[in-house]
Amino acid sequence: MSEPAAEHHDPVVAFESAKLGLWTFLATEVLLFGALFTAYIVFRLKYPDLFHAEHGKLNRVLGAVNTVVLITSSLTVALGIDAVKKGKARLLPRYFGATILLAGVFLCVKYVEYTEKFHHGLFPSTNIFFSLYYMMTGIHGIHVLIGMGVLSYVVVLARRGRLSETYYTPAEMSGLYWHFVDLVWIYLFPLLYLIG
Amino acid sequence: MSHGSAGSRRIYYGVFAALITLTVVTVMVSYIDLGLLNVAVALLIASAKASLVALFFMHLKGESGLVWGFALVPIFFLALIIFGTLLDTQLR
Repeated sequence: MSEPAAEHHDPVVAFESAKLGLWTFLATEVLLFGALFTAYIVFRLKYPDLFHAEHGKLNRVLGAVNTVVLITSSLTVALGIDAVKKGKARLLPRYFGATILLAGVFLCVKYVEYTEKFHHGLFPSTNIFFSLYYMMTGIHGIHVLIGMGVLSYVVVLARRGRLSETYYTPAEMSGLYWHFVDLVWIYLFPLLYLIG
Repeated sequence: MSHGSAGSRRIYYGVFAALITLTVVTVMVSYIDLGLLNVAVALLIASAKASLVALFFMHLKGESGLVWGFALVPIFFLALIIFGTLLDTQLR
């Protein structure tokens, strides 16, 4: 680790190191969301009736739509990286652009949901279920926003011709992060909307 | 670096179809009252979806044991945190 420059002369080693670094970052993310999931489990066991009554106030259809939106956005990221690996880096902006657009759709739906809840007097301070709902989906939403920024940066790199089938580390790393954001939602959706 | 094979696109579309199907199933099951079984089914389907994303989209399937270790150790710690917390809150 004292001579990273020397180590990075080997592109394979550099790629593997970047991957391990990103998985380490994702480990901290697992524990960040993990703390919230733990809180959810503790309070769900403590107030089962409240959770059951309150989760029915969430819009299951909008939640499902957003699940499909995020899954599709993950697919386009995977296809974009696949294109770069096959030497078609110029196609990446189109695929990642679709992902960024879908991320925008996700946040718009979230905005509609929040507005509707506020309108019905359901705020983070209303009860423990809605505290957790706003906290978990809010932190997840911030992750979506950051993801949009990271993916945009990779689009810029691709447009400048910086990515190729021999060097696509930024694309792969942004993809790992984006799939993780999708993965968190895959658990948030049933926990909050379906079985609360 | 591993290069995408010709069949990788087909795998991605297959995984996508499976994820959408599982989403539809989990939403439909949520409208049927199965009591505690609802929770089990929802978590089982979510975990199946999460596994598909990790294995294929995040390429864990072809990764070395080292990367697998980096991916699984935090899951172990999360389980430990949940277990330890519940030991306290449920048995207090």
